[in-house]
Amino acid sequence: MRLVGLYLALFVFWLLMSGHYEALILGFGIVSCAAAVYIARRKDIVDDETLSWYLKPKLPFYWLWLLGQILKANVDVAKRCVLPGSRIDPCVFLAPADQETSVGVVTYANSITLTPGTVSMQTWDHEIRVHALTRDGARDVLGDEMGARICRVEGEQ
Amino acid sequence: MMFAAAMAGVLAAMALTLVRALLGPTVFDRVLALNTFGTVTVLAIAVLGFLMGRPQFLDIALLYALINFVGTIAILKYLQYGDLGASGESPDAGESGR
Amino acid sequence: MALAVDIASWACLVAGALLCFAGGVGMIRFPDVYARSHAAGVIDTGGALFILLGLALQAGFALVTVKLGLIGLLLFFTSPTATHALVKGALAGGLNPLCHQLTADETAALADEASP
Repeated sequence: MRLVGLYLALFVFWLLMSGHYEALILGFGIVSCAAAVYIARRKDIVDDETLSWYLKPKLPFYWLWLLGQILKANVDVAKRCVLPGSRIDPCVFLAPADQETSVGVVTYANSITLTPGTVSMQTWDHEIRVHALTRDGARDVLGDEMGARICRVEGEQ
Repeated sequence: MMFAAAMAGVLAAMALTLVRALLGPTVFDRVLALNTFGTVTVLAIAVLGFLMGRPQFLDIALLYALINFVGTIAILKYLQYGDLGASGESPDAGESGR
Repeated sequence: MALAVDIASWACLVAGALLCFAGGVGMIRFPDVYARSHAAGVIDTGGALFILLGLALQAGFALVTVKLGLIGLLLFFTSPTATHALVKGALAGGLNPLCHQLTADETAALADEASP
């Protein structure tokens, strides 16, 4: 069932990419999508974990919020890159990650890395080692607003 | 005109990352510069497509983004394990940072 | 209307170009790999986002916009993964960050400051 879904998604993706609708080219598309699904099945990577994560209704709102954070952090780090006499004060620390599933922790670590000014260095089940460019960046991560939002996304059905 | 302005910024960024790739000093600096250079190249190809009025270039940009990612990961895996066929199990998995 | 779209796309492209340039300068100026990865992050997120947005505004509703969106999505999913792998590799390679390692007490103090 999931394989059929994957096949349809891949084929729609293929159609969008190619923009050709002749029989021969469409045939190539059908065959290549089938090959991709076969490889995915052999590698056993079609599971429920990620799929149910991307179907959570609150996720798009989280992404919008994250986009805002990324823009704010971008302006700050870009200023520190360019302006003469601007100072950086890097530090490394361990931040708690309270997410229950591994997908949640991965989302949190990726969000930290995606925000300029903080990079996740190592991850464990409930802890992430973070490198921050400034103390303010470290404070933002430790304030745990981002982590709490991911927990809220994770918590819904 | 506006694409030319964007192109100028992108080319400047390419030159700067290339300088960092040449300066090093560690191999990780070079890989980081290479990865960023790849990202900027993707943007450059996309802008170039618009500059020359040939949006088909976007397919190349998409492909380049994929190859750039796979290439970076492959270099890092080789550096860390010395073997591209390694299982990828990290040696410090499971233990905490404290 | 067309003028408004043009102005918005100009603004996006210029912002993207400036962020890319700033990231490049940061790559040169910052002292070690870990700090430089933040500068790379500016190019990977802000620079890419604004340039692709500016191009999408020029393209209007077309297949081209979908492709631009896919490039953006791909960059936003792969770039943190690549950066994380790189930084983790550098750490495993024995490269110590040029910075202060916060103790548990200092971390707790920062966390207290952050929560109201």
